[in-house]
Amino acid sequence: MQKTPVISLKNVNYAYEEKTVLENINFELQEGSFMGLLGPNGGGKTTLIKLVLGLLKPTSGTVELYGKPASRFKNKHLIGFVSQKSNAFNKGFPATVYEVVSMGLTAKIGYMHFFTKKHKKIILDAIDQVGMAAYKNRNIGELSGGQQQRVFIARALVSKPKLLILDEPTVGVDSENVQRFYELLHRLNVEKGITMLLITHDTGIITQYATDIACLNKHIHFHGKPDDYIAMNEADLSNLYGHPINKVVHDH
Amino acid sequence: MLHDFIAFDFLRNTFYTGLLIGLIAPLLGTFIVVRRLSLLADALSHVTLAGIAFGLFLEKKTAITFITPMYGGMFFSVVGSIFIEKLRGLYKAYQEIAIPIILSGGVGLSLIFISLANGFNTDLFNYLFGSVSAVSYHDFISILVIAIIVVVLIFFFYKELVVLSFDEEHATISGIHAKRIHLLFIILTALVIAASMRIVGVLLVSALMTLPVAASMRIAKSFKQTIFLSIVFGELAVMIGLVTGYYFSIPPGGTIVMASIFMLLGAISYRYVHKKVQKWGNEE
Ligand SMILES: Nc1ncnc2c1ncn2[C@@H]1O[C@H](COP(=O)(O)OP(=O)(O)O)[C@@H](O)[C@H]1O
Ligand SMILES: [Mg+2]
Repeated sequence: MQKTPVISLKNVNYAYEEKTVLENINFELQEGSFMGLLGPNGGGKTTLIKLVLGLLKPTSGTVELYGKPASRFKNKHLIGFVSQKSNAFNKGFPATVYEVVSMGLTAKIGYMHFFTKKHKKIILDAIDQVGMAAYKNRNIGELSGGQQQRVFIARALVSKPKLLILDEPTVGVDSENVQRFYELLHRLNVEKGITMLLITHDTGIITQYATDIACLNKHIHFHGKPDDYIAMNEADLSNLYGHPINKVVHDH
Repeated sequence: MLHDFIAFDFLRNTFYTGLLIGLIAPLLGTFIVVRRLSLLADALSHVTLAGIAFGLFLEKKTAITFITPMYGGMFFSVVGSIFIEKLRGLYKAYQEIAIPIILSGGVGLSLIFISLANGFNTDLFNYLFGSVSAVSYHDFISILVIAIIVVVLIFFFYKELVVLSFDEEHATISGIHAKRIHLLFIILTALVIAASMRIVGVLLVSALMTLPVAASMRIAKSFKQTIFLSIVFGELAVMIGLVTGYYFSIPPGGTIVMASIFMLLGAISYRYVHKKVQKWGNEE
């Protein structure tokens, strides 16, 4: 028998007022996998994530997290999230890297409780994991885009999540650092067993690291292994998306 | 210089009240500034003015005495803060529109109550620009109670307030009740504004909440340090402002704000010089 999937969507439809954005979505993510979710802008990727996070409720169908309805999922610290908007934060905010990462523990510690020495160690560990230890007292606004994204990953990691969801985290990160970024995610996936759901346009790099690929444009157009994705020719892909697309695949 | 403030009862009330306000205004002000809500403080102070005018009107024209101008101001300020939140919810894409609506509404109401109370008097002048001598023992006790409430609540909800200020979406997703914490924050802001106007006056309350923070942010290295330095600057401004205001017979609102501005200029120059020195160091 198969284990309970981490994420499971059954016959999900979603519409913003009149406009249907997701139609008949069936989708599962198994523990330990690393899924790359691809698709054109406006294809509904962020909306799907919001359903999974319980921020939106499906118009019809069910969304489950670890077998429980997403909107009533209580153990929020088990899910780490790096938003598409995370690099749109107030760059003048006077907080250090340490302070930003500590914010990831706030909800887990709970109201009327305070940070202790034990938490301090957990925070420093998370900063270390993303390779930002040398910057822990630096102001978040002074860092490069790639470094800021690492800090946001640390903020997501600090509550020891079992699932990490990242929405276009490499936008604004220079290409040299994108590779390092994927290596970090890969390490977290393999060494810590964190299930990954990554929304990205880096079709070339993601196929090197992902265990699963899904393409979303209102419907799930493809769901399978990276090799099968690569094997598809560009004409097939264009059919899936309904318009021509560039498939850049790096050879190794 | 400080001798008179300890020797005379009425000055002692002012002095201790000033110390309390120098603490709570920049403490809350730090959150207001980093959330870019400075104008909201301004709008609320004008609503507070309407409440004060209402209290003065009651004092003058009716036998009601338990609604003092200060309680009137507090009540209007808190109601106004909740109103602003409702408006911001209605105009999600134009959240700043709540500011002129509330601000003009506050001034309009103030004018009506002032006219009903037969025009301006010195009391009103004191509420507009602050006063060294008008703080009663009763005022001091009311402000002390507010200060205790504010400090205790900020202490207990500090970490949630920080998350909310930095990233509201992350706060919600991680399971923090962002809406409730925000409402708490907005009500605390309203209380601090109502408490501070006794010393700095309605028109300059928002300055005491924002100028020390603006200075502190030039120097501080972390959020905690920003709060700490803001309070230091706030206390200094209040003390310098009260003493000079008293000796030169100027409403303390004016002197406190000028002291804050000098500190702000100092902080800006410090940062400037600091950067230059670092640059020289690097070039060698
Ligand atoms: N809050 C919203 N209200 C109305 N329409 C929305 C809202 N958010 C997204 N949409 C629409 O839903 C569609 C899918 O958006 P989104 O999920 O953000 O796509 P993606 O993340 O794949 O780029 C888009 O056409 C977008 O315009
Ligand atoms: Mg998106």
